Amino acid sequence: MLKALVMIPLISAGIIGIFGRRWSERLIAVMGCGSVGLSLLLAVRVFFVELWARPPEQRLILEPFFSWIESGPLRVEWGFQLDALSGVYILFVTFVGFWIHVFAVGYMRGDPGYARFFAYMNLFMFMMLVLVLADNFLVMFIGWEGVGLCSYLLIGHYFDRADAARAAKKAFIVNRIGDFGFALGMILIFATFGTLRFPEVMGAIAARFPEPEALGEVGIVTAIALLLFVGATGKSAQIPLYVWLPDAMAGPTPVSALIHAATMVTAGVYMIARCSELYARSLTALSVIAVVGALTAFLAATIGLAQWNIKKVLAYSTISQLGYMFLACGVGAFSAAIFHVVTHAFFKAVLFLGAGSVIIALHHEEDMRRMGGLKRYMPLTYGAVLCGWLAIAGLPPFSGFFSKDEILWRAWASPVLPEPWGHVLWGVGFVTAILTATYMTRWIVLTFEGHERFAHSPEGHGGIAAPRESPRVMTIPLLVLAALSIGGGWMGISEAYTGGRLANWFEQFVGPALARAPVHPDRLAVVADEPGHGWEVGLAAVTALAVLVALLWARRFYRRDPLRPAPSLLENRYYVDEIYEGLFVRPLVRGATVLLWRFFDVTIIDGMVNGVAAFVAACAAVLRRLQTGLVRSYVVMFVIGALIVLGYFIFIGDRIPAR
Amino acid sequence: MGEHLLSWLTFAPTAGALLLLVARVLLAAREEAIRRLALAVSLVPLGLCGSMLVKFDPAASGPQLVERAPWIRFFGFNVDYFVGVDGVSLWLVVLSALLVPVSILISWRAIERHVLEFHVFLLLLETGVIGVFVALDMFLFFIFWEVMLVPMYFLIGIWGYERRIYAAVKFIIYTMVGSALMLAAIISLYYLNGGTTFDILAITENVRAGRLVWDAQTERWLFWGFALAFLIKVPLFPFHTWLPDAHVEAPTAGSVILAGILLKMGGYGLLRFNLPLFPRATEEFAGVLGALAVISIIYGALVSLVQPDLKKLIAYSSVSHMGFVVLGIMARTEMGMQGAIFQMLSHGIATSALFMIAGILSERRHTRLIAEFGGLAHPMPVFSALFGILALASAALPTLSGFVGEFLVLVGTYTSELAQGRVYTVLAATAMILSAAYMLWTLERVLFGEITREENRQLPDVNARERLALVPMAALVILMGVLPNPILRRTDHAVLELQRAASRTILVQRAHPAPPDRGRLAPPGAEVLERR
Repeated sequence: MLKALVMIPLISAGIIGIFGRRWSERLIAVMGCGSVGLSLLLAVRVFFVELWARPPEQRLILEPFFSWIESGPLRVEWGFQLDALSGVYILFVTFVGFWIHVFAVGYMRGDPGYARFFAYMNLFMFMMLVLVLADNFLVMFIGWEGVGLCSYLLIGHYFDRADAARAAKKAFIVNRIGDFGFALGMILIFATFGTLRFPEVMGAIAARFPEPEALGEVGIVTAIALLLFVGATGKSAQIPLYVWLPDAMAGPTPVSALIHAATMVTAGVYMIARCSELYARSLTALSVIAVVGALTAFLAATIGLAQWNIKKVLAYSTISQLGYMFLACGVGAFSAAIFHVVTHAFFKAVLFLGAGSVIIALHHEEDMRRMGGLKRYMPLTYGAVLCGWLAIAGLPPFSGFFSKDEILWRAWASPVLPEPWGHVLWGVGFVTAILTATYMTRWIVLTFEGHERFAHSPEGHGGIAAPRESPRVMTIPLLVLAALSIGGGWMGISEAYTGGRLANWFEQFVGPALARAPVHPDRLAVVADEPGHGWEVGLAAVTALAVLVALLWARRFYRRDPLRPAPSLLENRYYVDEIYEGLFVRPLVRGATVLLWRFFDVTIIDGMVNGVAAFVAACAAVLRRLQTGLVRSYVVMFVIGALIVLGYFIFIGDRIPAR
Repeated sequence: MGEHLLSWLTFAPTAGALLLLVARVLLAAREEAIRRLALAVSLVPLGLCGSMLVKFDPAASGPQLVERAPWIRFFGFNVDYFVGVDGVSLWLVVLSALLVPVSILISWRAIERHVLEFHVFLLLLETGVIGVFVALDMFLFFIFWEVMLVPMYFLIGIWGYERRIYAAVKFIIYTMVGSALMLAAIISLYYLNGGTTFDILAITENVRAGRLVWDAQTERWLFWGFALAFLIKVPLFPFHTWLPDAHVEAPTAGSVILAGILLKMGGYGLLRFNLPLFPRATEEFAGVLGALAVISIIYGALVSLVQPDLKKLIAYSSVSHMGFVVLGIMARTEMGMQGAIFQMLSHGIATSALFMIAGILSERRHTRLIAEFGGLAHPMPVFSALFGILALASAALPTLSGFVGEFLVLVGTYTSELAQGRVYTVLAATAMILSAAYMLWTLERVLFGEITREENRQLPDVNARERLALVPMAALVILMGVLPNPILRRTDHAVLELQRAASRTILVQRAHPAPPDRGRLAPPGAEVLERR
């Protein structure tokens, strides 16, 4: 069953990739969406039959496939593992994936690379499912690099545009920096535990390391955890490797929605949740993750305030939201992180697809300075995007409220960090929430409200046609995802809001598959008498109120002057790209050219080789003079030689002892 | 044919070369006919390889399909014609037999002068390289080793690019320096062993059983005599500077054979000679060679990154990839050595195919400069897809062949007893980043972006003949990445034996730091001593 679920998109990708170029768009669309739809149906079936219907302790299905690499002690098998965590993932990945595929049917219409696009999208679905369902690190790594490959191919979809090609390459290389850490982490795991299979590794960790490594201690567990986390910062665009994601917006918008918002970029969060047993045994690693997550969330949100490209704002917003997820992981709230992954997939997909709808309506215009007032023309898109906006801002009862506030609360009350770090991280998250509401309101206002800043002439008079609402194949996915942006959070309503009468369903379902948060020694006493639901509700109310004020204020602020210039430091993204370029890329290329190649390789090594050759040639030239061809000189040499031999025997020869 | 399979395999190309000459002299065959005949002839060894793979028993230890006959008996010189295959050589033979027909296909239009001679040399070269891999007599090995130099010299020197003579001479002198040392080592070894046989297996067995012992200094000399020859061939930093020149100046077929097969003779030699014959010296110098391997990996990748010439870029990337081979061998773990063998095969296919890619471009545009291209994905979509797959295999993307080899080498090195093995692993793993950088940057500059030169707009995509050569390579790269086990399983036994030999020597050496005096055949009693 899992095999079929995974393989269907791969087979479809192969068929479309090979034959699709001669097919009609309709046939490609049916095949591309149909395969993902089939996977979705299988995922639903698997989810309810194999997981839902069973008691929590039986929610683990292992399905071996075939042996991959066998060498000495290394035995790696393509095997799949379904538990509550991967179950949730396959469900929302295939669901969101299916609707984005449907949206793309309309969005990509008329594109010369239609078949290629759907082949790669289906290949992506395969790789993502491999990543999620793998039962060992190495097969997960196939998916991990495989989704990176598809991301590369799809960012570079418009490959004749230099910026797209450059962005694709950058994405892959930056991800490779992360994967370097991931690969070393895997090697360390294998060297330590002798296996790469998740159940065995996690079991061995639980058995061998009953107590978490303390804060500041870097033992083997912390080393593995941090190395794997390096991989996560690449894939999930965290500090310091987030720089590829904004550039990745050069790809078609459905790609941004599916890969660079809803699914692939959350792979790092998934990996940490999958290894939660490992992470729960290193307070150092968790603290690092929490701090990196919180900083990324804040930093990306500030940059998001100052961007003009409709997709780049969303890209920084994604980075920021991913930061929240890592914050959750870092404070030990793995289930809250996954919950936010799911709600974020819904509302960020809506926002991206809404942006895509706008971009199509404006004939591939992406600069918000040339938008405005679109709600009149595109009511459905506007309505859907409003749901996404309120959800990401985190107003109750929209989905983002429940997941984000659970993260903030868990940060506040985290047992992982010593006092008062939990409160500090909560503070960063709180400020970020206000910033989020602000930049998203700016985004809405610039795009849909106020005056029209785009040129168009009334229909029938030539020139650019007025923007029109997108066709149904695009609006229906928008509305479906909008509905989930509203209601998707209700599956994880914290017990605090119902006074404990209603269980937090999501946590109850996923929680057993995840580790419990470790407790910092300082916090043992505090955790024992956990602050009650009152605090949780109170903090959530404060956040929600602050967000509401920010929304209203930002709306007035940006309506008055939508094109207000932003601080140049923010608009230029803190010059991070330039710093990386100057600090790493250019010195590397220059050093390799001038120092290693021209100087060392050509001058020194080859110079020595050629020098030896020249020396030999010179010696030969000297020796050659001896052969003059003149008999007289040969006679002279013969006499000299004979004298030397004679002299040898006369003066030295008799001193050689007889044997 | 059944009993003499390896001889047929080795000499079928020579027979084919004679056939080509006969066809020209007696039948006055035209060039097109010569090409077709050469292709047909070169498929014979490939077919025989199929038979060899069927007959090869993965579970058996020691060489298989053995043939042996006395050959030279001259003043106490006992040379046998002695051939066989084991897990180390099996796939390298297959690789050699595969790459020759591919080379003929890819040279169809590129070679217009001296067509007959070109194919004769190519086929003679095939005999030489297959002979190197199957020879089990050291002298025979050496003869094949030298024989293969001659056709290679002419391939570069006659059909190469502008500086072909320089490159050919450089290639031959580098190799000759190595060969001279190796010959000295072979002859010393022969007399140290009592001057009765050049049989590699017998001598190895004597060393293994402790019947043949020598002092540490002798072992060092012998070790380096062989090692230098092999390290130049690999090539390992700092012996690599012949490679970029040879590759850049060689015709495409020359580069294919050079990268695909000749470099592998270095790795093969280390596994066949240095590891089993000189375990103590290997133990002593493994750290140095491992360090040089790591330098090769990083240095090759960095220098590759900045090459303006596509062929030179691929050549330096070879230095980087072959560094993994040496590192894996020096780790002397099962994973490391299997990874090294796998890496040789993967590199043999992916890099050869990349040279074919470069050849296709240079054939169409008469330039190899990357800056001359750009935006080729539009006029050449199939070419671009193939280029992409091969480049990613070279960048070790999982499920493509390069990943299996490099990952095994990394794990094998990390878990080995090699001093500093862990540091080496971390440093070598940076190749993941660098290989992605140079390969993807190349793809970007050649395939993507706008078309900047008018003449690139109308470039024809790969034709049927080029597809016939390249598609199987791309398919193999994927197949090897997804299903590496059929290859790994057949190398398992040989590698396990090498590893046992290595680990036993380490134990013995720890028990007896100072071996007995030089070069004598130890009395039977010594064996017990050594083993304990």
